[in-house]
Amino acid sequence: MPNTKSAATGARHNLISQKVATLPPSGIRKFFDLLASMEDIISLGIGEPDFVTPWHIREAGIYSLEKGYTMYTSNSGMPELRQELASYLERHYGVNYHPEQEILITTGSSEGLDLVMRAIINPGDEVIIPNPCYVAYPADIILAGGVPILVPTDEENNFVIRATDIEARITKQTKAILIGYPANPTGAVMSKREADAIAQLVKKHDLLVISDEIYARLVYGAQHICFPSLPGMKKRTILISGFSKSHAMTGWRIGYVAADRHFIQALTKIHQYTMLSAPTMAQMAAIEALRNGESDVEKMVQEYNRRRRFMVKRLNEIGLPCFEPKGAFFAFPSIKGTGMNSEEFAEKLLLEEKVAVVPGTAFGPCGEGFVRCCYATSLPNIEEALRRMDRFVRKK
Amino acid sequence: MKEIFEILEQNARATPAQIATMVDKPVREVEKIIRQAEKDGIILKYKAIINWPKLRKEDIWALIEVRITPQRGVGFDAISERIYQFPEVYSAYLVSGTYDLSILVRGKNMQEISSFVAEKLAPLEQVQSVITHFLLKRYKEYGETFHIPKETNRRLPITP
Repeated sequence: MPNTKSAATGARHNLISQKVATLPPSGIRKFFDLLASMEDIISLGIGEPDFVTPWHIREAGIYSLEKGYTMYTSNSGMPELRQELASYLERHYGVNYHPEQEILITTGSSEGLDLVMRAIINPGDEVIIPNPCYVAYPADIILAGGVPILVPTDEENNFVIRATDIEARITKQTKAILIGYPANPTGAVMSKREADAIAQLVKKHDLLVISDEIYARLVYGAQHICFPSLPGMKKRTILISGFSKSHAMTGWRIGYVAADRHFIQALTKIHQYTMLSAPTMAQMAAIEALRNGESDVEKMVQEYNRRRRFMVKRLNEIGLPCFEPKGAFFAFPSIKGTGMNSEEFAEKLLLEEKVAVVPGTAFGPCGEGFVRCCYATSLPNIEEALRRMDRFVRKK
Repeated sequence: MKEIFEILEQNARATPAQIATMVDKPVREVEKIIRQAEKDGIILKYKAIINWPKLRKEDIWALIEVRITPQRGVGFDAISERIYQFPEVYSAYLVSGTYDLSILVRGKNMQEISSFVAEKLAPLEQVQSVITHFLLKRYKEYGETFHIPKETNRRLPITP
């Protein structure tokens, strides 16, 4: 009997694939469980906009339901949406994608990332990623049978990956470089010079770049470099992005991949067997976002920028030095001066002052000594959180 | 400069120091701009938006459509001025369409509003007609909604 029970619940180790069984759970998970039992917390640990999707976009989603758009769309996504996306990418970054052959609409950029990894990786292939980085990067590589090769980044270079550090890790197994700027968790933005250096390297070693540009629209006093827009890079880049951050649409699960035709064909193969198509109402809402959502983006960026300046200044004042994050909505202050490690800091801050931040180590070993503070929350919340952090730091 | 006013419009209690950080300007400069704007009548007043119905102490409000006769040389302005200076008039707009002045009137009870209309507004020589709409419920004012619960608390406490 006990055997039957464990088999039914999947608890017997060998019923779960080794790959999944050994995959560590997201470092954020532990904090989530701790937080769930507490009240009156100010959370700077949320990685999504605090804005609700602009009303006209929500209204477009409602309208699509009213009109009965409840069926599958074409695997690649609605033609109007791909058309709008092609002109959007052309307008903003001067990069041209064929709407019918070079764009795939996905269920959030997360699906895009997973599809890309599964489409390109053979067992043992190496994918170079910066560290710290978004939690899904190494996991998606591992799940696809690949090996993530971590390249440390640091404050000295504002957490941007260096071409020379990449080059030092290129082997025969290297398949691609996965970069994500503006970056979660650091807020780092890649400059033209840094991007050019990577482009040179990519040409020299005949590599592929996967560029996750989900935070592309959230830059402050800096210009976003769309990697495929660099000379010669379009055919060597798979661009992943979506609407979650730019138009505050996280819950709609709508994103896209843009790349050369043969990549898109490969991704579509997996997509058609696993996802079929992205949610139809979300696609309709995304069309509205692209057609009439520009002023919303600008307004949100302006608001984030005010909060960003406020948070960064206060962090530096209270003795948690922080380089200037020019993108996304994260600050990544150093907590080394407190003598605690990242997890200790985050846990004590939560228990003693009820402020939630994410330990840098949730994003890889190079995040040690840092915590991620998200400023996508109201200014009064940020002010109060920093008052509490100030008190916390002075006590230590 | 516009950004400073936008911040104050959202939150009149934002301090010059906070605003200075947000717009990345020295505090003194921000203070100077605000002082000057107060002097120039760009910033008219700092007010709070009170949700009176919540206190169950709401006054009676009426939206009144007024048709008026313009006068040579001064157009609608002279008669409008006579009307909007009554303390009962909370706001007044000259509008296009089937009537000319749209005024929002505030009173302690219906009696007060009807006597304002009957004794002060309607008898004015240039006033041709008035149509009074009593306000039943307010949904949104100055960009703030009254009844929809705040839309910000639906996020999970921690996400990647």
